[in-house]
Amino acid sequence: MSNESLVIRIGGEAGEGIVTIGETLVRIAAFSGLEVFTFRTYPAEIIGGQVMYQARIGREQVLSMGDDVDILVAANQLGHDEHIGELRPGGLLVYDSDAVTPAEGGDHLSYAVPFTQLAREINFLRGRNLIVVGFLTSLMGLPLDRAEQMVRRRLGKYKELLPSNLEALHKGYTHHQEHFAERPEFQIRPPEDGGEERLVMTGAQAIALGALAAGCRFYAGYPITPATDIMEFLSKELPRMGGTIIQAEDEIAAVTMAIGASFGGVKAMTATSGPGLALMIEALGLASMTEVPLVIVDAQRAGPSTGMPTKTSQGDLFLALYAGADEAPRFVLAPDSVEDSFYQMINAFNLAERFQMPVILLSDQAMATRVETIRPIDLSQIHQEKRRIPSLDRPEGNGYLRYALTEDGISPMAIPGMPGMTYTAEGLEHDESGAPSYVPEVHRAMTEKRFRKVETARKELHRWGLVNRWGDPQAEIAILSWGSTQSAVREAMERAAKEGILVEALFTKILLPMPDYEIRPFLEGKRAIIVPELNYQGMFAKVIEHRYSEQIIRNNIQVYRLNKYEGLPFKPGEIYAKIVEVAQRLTAGVLADRFLDEKLASV
Amino acid sequence: MVTTAERVAPLRVKDLKSGIKPIWCPGCGDYGILSSFFQAIINLKLDPAKVAVVSGIGCSGRFPAFARVYGFHGVHGRALPTATGLKVARPDLTVFAMSGDGDAFSIGGGHIAHAARRNVDITYIVMDNEIYGLTKGQPSATSPPDILELSLSGKTKGSRKGMVGLLDIHKVEEALNPILMALAYNASFVARAFSGRPKELTAIIEEGVRHKGFSFIQVMSPCVTFFNTYNHFRETVVPLPEDHDPSDRMRAMALAMEPNKTYVGIFYRDETRPSLEERLEEYRQQLSPTSMEELLARFTR
Ligand SMILES: Cc1ncc(C[n+]2csc(CCOP(=O)(O)OP(=O)(O)O)c2C)c(N)n1
Ligand code: SF4
Repeated sequence: MSNESLVIRIGGEAGEGIVTIGETLVRIAAFSGLEVFTFRTYPAEIIGGQVMYQARIGREQVLSMGDDVDILVAANQLGHDEHIGELRPGGLLVYDSDAVTPAEGGDHLSYAVPFTQLAREINFLRGRNLIVVGFLTSLMGLPLDRAEQMVRRRLGKYKELLPSNLEALHKGYTHHQEHFAERPEFQIRPPEDGGEERLVMTGAQAIALGALAAGCRFYAGYPITPATDIMEFLSKELPRMGGTIIQAEDEIAAVTMAIGASFGGVKAMTATSGPGLALMIEALGLASMTEVPLVIVDAQRAGPSTGMPTKTSQGDLFLALYAGADEAPRFVLAPDSVEDSFYQMINAFNLAERFQMPVILLSDQAMATRVETIRPIDLSQIHQEKRRIPSLDRPEGNGYLRYALTEDGISPMAIPGMPGMTYTAEGLEHDESGAPSYVPEVHRAMTEKRFRKVETARKELHRWGLVNRWGDPQAEIAILSWGSTQSAVREAMERAAKEGILVEALFTKILLPMPDYEIRPFLEGKRAIIVPELNYQGMFAKVIEHRYSEQIIRNNIQVYRLNKYEGLPFKPGEIYAKIVEVAQRLTAGVLADRFLDEKLASV
Repeated sequence: MVTTAERVAPLRVKDLKSGIKPIWCPGCGDYGILSSFFQAIINLKLDPAKVAVVSGIGCSGRFPAFARVYGFHGVHGRALPTATGLKVARPDLTVFAMSGDGDAFSIGGGHIAHAARRNVDITYIVMDNEIYGLTKGQPSATSPPDILELSLSGKTKGSRKGMVGLLDIHKVEEALNPILMALAYNASFVARAFSGRPKELTAIIEEGVRHKGFSFIQVMSPCVTFFNTYNHFRETVVPLPEDHDPSDRMRAMALAMEPNKTYVGIFYRDETRPSLEERLEEYRQQLSPTSMEELLARFTR
């Protein structure tokens, strides 16, 4: 017997290689044909502090980070103390007997392993991490040859280090073989055939790769956790693709550099987190006003001000949707998985180019930093939208109108260098030619033109694949949400289905404009909707309640908010508990605490 | 990239006027800068379709709309990063950035160090009237501390008073020395001109464009409405000493610090430093090119 999935958590001091252990183990599993899904926390300290790396490893697609921990590896005392409570009954604690004194009792197994001592025996103290990896490889029944291969891959060109590293790996592996019995409940056997073709990457890498596949050739950014991983990846690859990357002096410079590059005809982006996005808002309005395509990625983190840079949140929704001086139309996208991050980046650039508008893509700390196995990417299926440019064969000086009022709102955009088409991209209100104008009728016509592009988009969006809908269409309970909560929701729904509770979910990857064409039919027949979100105010729930109020009131649909604001992602169990509660209320006829019409009346 | 037709007939100033009438007050120093800009483009035989002017906000920020070149009128203080993005993305263009003194030295002050450090090949013209013009007469970082007294003394003929309270309290602050600052930041081309001396101004703009790197040009450009300094500059503007060697940065700094003299000319130039775009291109050349297929393969198990 082998498990369908296992959750392993490693806790210890940062800088001790906890993350290395996790990342290596995850890649051994993934490259053996298993599916992975990771979650990690970062310490606030630069050096030291506690880190936690959790990996869920499965034979089938792993939907979320899971609830309880099957195997806890404690590299130091705090790593034990902080996480022992999450070890499931009957789980396994593996601890470094040179560093940890485990608590008495507990309904779990304990393996004391002298990892530090073993490292000393082979005269390679820094090999402790690989000893742990070797030990876990044997414990979990993973193939040793894959582990060796991964060590080789990680060392790359530093071949002289290979013998000592392999020795450490083997040391841990044989220690387990010789001192501990095989226990199937902690094993996860890779499929015989090596599994289906998969890519193994983080959300940040998916974003960066999506940008490159979309044709992005300019990036400017200012370092900020957790967005910096995107910039670091692109710094290596963008120049190799013929593009340019600049580390700007601040976020305002970063975004205006990207606008400058895009004005020049090159697809451009920046990535940041909430505090940086706040600084970019004036320039977002500029891109909207001058109608320059622009992509901004916001990897959300927790808390206002500097908050908790290494923790996750979905609290920038209002900032992305509404921030700015007066009215600046924009698009807001939100991928709901690592895999989707790749595809939504392509949509982001395509929307930006097609509609000559800024696009904000919302990711978050948990999704940007986690590793996931994703399905292969077929590059031949990727469409790159071309900017609408004026035709070159007009006679020179023949009154090119950059901001021509067109039916769909989109006006052909000349690229500097095109003869006879010079214009000024004007941040002041302007007429069709781009000349500044404060005439009331002009401001009215141009405001309508800029918003008309959103209406045009609304008509086209059903073709862009921007909604993820699954579950039972007959269900009376619905889950409506966005972003990275998708993983926990999916798993919670599978559990609910096993209990006979029918649920249907809809995740929208576009938040501005809202995909009414999907949400309206979805809401029909529903009696309760649960809106799980990682923020306090229930921002998305508010958007839903407001936009679909008529339908919600008419059909007497109860809206249940489920808000978590701890800096941590949802666990499937938390969503599941809410589903059960709502199901019980529906059968018992107990209604939601708060009704939308009451709420509206009390505003 | 984009192809351009060869121009046959020589350009005339009227070919470069956009047809939009400048909104500047009659007599504003900025007219002189616009004329010299046109003349420099003609003298340099630039193709207007390959010229881009990026500006910030202020009376000065209106500049691009008046010229038949590609223009970008951005947000307050961000002409430099916008122009930097454009130039590195499109090294084939001749890129200008234009700011007022408020735009350049206050809200956008943080960007000058970095443009200088990177040595991005743009010509940065600061249209310095030592006051905020567009917002009707508040002091700027280059306003003299006694700006209100000067205004009231009648020396700034014809000026309106601007915002008296703010101008008065400005006496508690000192003025910035932009040339000294640009030299300290090691801008590779540092010059000053006066919009009342168009020939020199044109020549300096031309030199700034020819210079492959970041050209910082402070142009004293009186605001006739709020701080009319024409007489002051006519009296104090003098060419840099003939024996000044523009590769001598220390001497340039000393000259920039001389009181009661407004030197005009090229304080400093260093032609040996490669520009940002050149360095980026060189960096790219040293790397092995890659493709999407190759990148994805790296992540495939
Ligand atoms: C973010 C922002 N803050 C303030 C303003 C208001 N504002 C417009 S122009 C200006 C100062 C203009 O002075 P200067 O840069 O010296 O240009 P001048 O008008 O003198 O040419 C200010 C404060 C603005 N447009 N944007
Ligand atoms: S207010 Fe001053 S700077 Fe502005 S246009 Fe008038 S004279 Fe020129």
